[in-house]
Amino acid sequence: MMNIQVTKVGIVSCSGEERPEGTVCRMACRRVLDQLRPNETVTICLPLFIAGGEEERAFASKYPTITVDGCDKRCAAKATETLSGKPSRSLLVPEILEKHGLAVPTARRDYGPDEEPVVRAVADEIAKAVDQTLEEA
Amino acid sequence: MDRTTPRKVVILPCSGIGKAYGALARETAYELAERVRPEKTALTCLPLLVINDPDAKKLVLENPVITIDGCPRDCARKSLEAVGATVAQACQAIKFYMAHKDLKPEGLAQLNEAGRKLAKVAAEDLAPTVDRLAAEE
Repeated sequence: MMNIQVTKVGIVSCSGEERPEGTVCRMACRRVLDQLRPNETVTICLPLFIAGGEEERAFASKYPTITVDGCDKRCAAKATETLSGKPSRSLLVPEILEKHGLAVPTARRDYGPDEEPVVRAVADEIAKAVDQTLEEA
Repeated sequence: MDRTTPRKVVILPCSGIGKAYGALARETAYELAERVRPEKTALTCLPLLVINDPDAKKLVLENPVITIDGCPRDCARKSLEAVGATVAQACQAIKFYMAHKDLKPEGLAQLNEAGRKLAKVAAEDLAPTVDRLAAEE
């Protein structure tokens, strides 16, 4: 069998408009996509699993995926598994913040220096998961 | 219908993290829900509809919903229709910009100053629609 090297990981972020944790997800995922691992990651809007076509639903078969959720409803992980394919890793923001001894921000927007440690901690964990996923692929 | 809670207008923005107009849709929703009409509106996470969350479904089935989409894929509107709910008003964020071309939204994780101003203006423009929908039986 031909051995195809996996060079990209798909990041699927909770968007969590209702909760601050959703904003943390979006900010942290964008940081990974734009700054920390720009050449190793791609993303898809989660609702495109419903609103898009076959190509979007095949996302998880094209890329190993990492889902990042803001609450224990785990929308990103469940939607990816149900509509596209099983994620390689599923991260949960409250678990990451607890591990780092950080509190969940209270605001849903206008993030700045006060929220920076939270965004950085989550982004670093996603980047680590990207590296681990690529090493295993 | 026997209603135990006051009627709210649900604002359902695009949850995209890849386009400035997705960020504009979300920021407009926050402006409506937090500043312009906090007493008449409710936010819910779009991905909750993607996983068929019963509480989110109940909210959008029992209340009028304004969708604000960030691109022509119309994820918010389609995800709402996929759970059997009716769209009271479907908006495209790009049309906010077409109506106010002096305010060019830029930014993915967070909007630039012009984008934030545009979101304020767009929320004010949508306020009469919220008032009308909230008053309807």
